[in-house]
Amino acid sequence: MNQMQNFTKGFIRENPILVLILGTCPTLATTSSSLNGMGMGIATTFVLVGSNVVVSLLSNVIPDKVRIPAFIVIIASFVTIVDLLMQAYVPGLYVKLGIFIPLIVVNCIVLGRAEAFASKNSVFSSLIDGLGMGLGFTMALGVLGAIREIIGSGAIFGYKFIKGDGILVFILAPGAFIALGYLIALINRIKRN
Amino acid sequence: MEYILIIISAIFINNVVLAQFLGICPFLGVSNKVNTALGMSGAVTFVIVLATMVTYLIQTYVLNKLGIGFMQTITFILVIAALVQMVEIILKKVSQPLYQALGIFLPLITTNCAVLGVAILVIKKEYNLLEGVIYAASTAIGFGLALIILAGIREQLELADIPKGMKGVPVSLVIAGILALAFMGFTGIVK
Repeated sequence: MNQMQNFTKGFIRENPILVLILGTCPTLATTSSSLNGMGMGIATTFVLVGSNVVVSLLSNVIPDKVRIPAFIVIIASFVTIVDLLMQAYVPGLYVKLGIFIPLIVVNCIVLGRAEAFASKNSVFSSLIDGLGMGLGFTMALGVLGAIREIIGSGAIFGYKFIKGDGILVFILAPGAFIALGYLIALINRIKRN
Repeated sequence: MEYILIIISAIFINNVVLAQFLGICPFLGVSNKVNTALGMSGAVTFVIVLATMVTYLIQTYVLNKLGIGFMQTITFILVIAALVQMVEIILKKVSQPLYQALGIFLPLITTNCAVLGVAILVIKKEYNLLEGVIYAASTAIGFGLALIILAGIREQLELADIPKGMKGVPVSLVIAGILALAFMGFTGIVK
């Protein structure tokens, strides 16, 4: 597989959210607007790239039996870095995303890529893989956030273009489930053709 | 009275799955049959309560004492992973029937974000130990409730005629959305 394919596979073909259905919790919780969703996506991308690189660097050193706990420690360190950085530089977004920043550590995508890809491939491929998967994740979050924001409040990226209120329920919890359900159904439909 | 408020709020109003979006993976993964859903909720209740107690004690007596609160994420996830492993080993030795009922679900629980989520929330909300344990137990009951309701509906759904693209995860998500809508009716019970 060349590096370009490696980079773009996370966008649609192996999109972590819409095709592999991993990391649903942050997807549903942080997409009440497109900006929140993308903020979460970028934070996760940082952790993914960092942990992928370190895991692939250390894959020969880590004994096979304790590899999962070792991966978790590496991931948790990067999550702590993101947590502290966001607290310092984007406090508004930090408060909105709240508990879901430390919870990146249990996001199946991150551990999944470390185990399935980074531990078996070169440092550079792992970096590209992390970046591609992270961008795929960010895009899916952005799209879902945009859909919910447009229907829920008639705005996109915070700019209101429809007068009056939207269908408020799409900003609230039920809308998250329903919007993601139909988005996945749509992708299934496209994939079949 | 305070405790009753915590219980009702955690089970119905801020339901862990349907309002807070924690633990969606097992919610979608093991909700095919009511029996598996029951087993999973039992295992989750057990681990959440135990993990909350242990992480609370560690936070108060180790991390805060040493002034290294920022190590929270790393410490908690390691404690939870070790705890789940330990519970599995002890259960296997002590109670074979219980192990057979809960055993297969235990490894899955490490990556259940509800466990880590509740542990962090208890610290964030500044509960004391008893309040924390009550909160953890009622959150787990709320998780079980949502899981069992969804499993019940999905069992019936096997007979329904669903469009091909909607089968599996998408239709479960839409049902969960409608459930969340129903649970929103509880908002306002507790001010």
